[in-house]
Amino acid sequence: MTRARALLVGVWEFVVGDDWMTAVGVVLALALTALLASAAISAWWVMPPAVVGLLALSINRAARGASGRG
Amino acid sequence: MSAAELGLALSVFLACAVEAVEALTIVLAVGTTRSWSSAMSGVGAAVLALAAIVAALGPALASLPIDTLRVAVGGLLLIFGLQWLRKAILRAAGLKALHDELETFREEAQAARAAGAGRSSFDGYAFTISFKGVLLEGLEVAFIVVTFGANQHRVPLASAAAGLAVLLVIAAGAAARAPLAKVPENTMKFAVGVMLSSFGMFWGAEGAGASWPGGDGALLAIVPGVLLSAVAIAWAVRRTLTAALGAEAARRTTAST
Repeated sequence: MTRARALLVGVWEFVVGDDWMTAVGVVLALALTALLASAAISAWWVMPPAVVGLLALSINRAARGASGRG
Repeated sequence: MSAAELGLALSVFLACAVEAVEALTIVLAVGTTRSWSSAMSGVGAAVLALAAIVAALGPALASLPIDTLRVAVGGLLLIFGLQWLRKAILRAAGLKALHDELETFREEAQAARAAGAGRSSFDGYAFTISFKGVLLEGLEVAFIVVTFGANQHRVPLASAAAGLAVLLVIAAGAAARAPLAKVPENTMKFAVGVMLSSFGMFWGAEGAGASWPGGDGALLAIVPGVLLSAVAIAWAVRRTLTAALGAEAARRTTAST
């Protein structure tokens, strides 16, 4: 692995961690917020349920993974 | 001090304290088994490197347009905060091992003894392990100091909160002369996860163009809301696991009779 690739992998692991789907979900929720706001529609309500839902799904995936291994 | 500034200082203080406890364990292990002077040189070099990162990135981030800064920093803090919360919930539910400072100390001390003695008065092993330990534990704190601080243009306040946490942990470690095994690390990580997720959500949505009802006052609802949701998820996971273990035990009892 080259140094540049190792650096990129390190940054990815540092920021995104071991659940990339949560990171993608955050980006999509922010994009939806921006889309609604640009259309002059109230958009503050998007993030709270998105965050709680993403956390619950992430924990659920980890719990199922753990029980699958056990 | 405003509610947002208090949140900033508290989040950085807790995050820094918990990472400093973990770094202290590593430094204590190599310091007591090998060389205190070389271990402390490693600590000093790592602290300088972290200060340079904060000094370089803080002003650079603060010079970005406010909406760009808020959506980028908010998104990153949210992703980061959800990572901390996820790990804390999994540890609380028993799905991930709790951080055991005494066990880490034993492992690091054993590795330090096995590494063999150096030829000069400067112990390269003690320096390197201390440097790496403090730098790696400190990177997350530097990231939080830079992002949180730049977003509120209060990098000095964030740095002061981090410095205070380090001083307190060093003082506690010097008094105890042992790893700080009784610090409730997982509870502190849970609290940091709640704060990072809440502020990340708030700033990310604002940067994306949304307006929160009540402006900054919305944080007074967001932080307890995220806390209650995370506690409810942790409770539900623990309950599901307990029920599953009970059903498994009952099945084994039935099968053996």
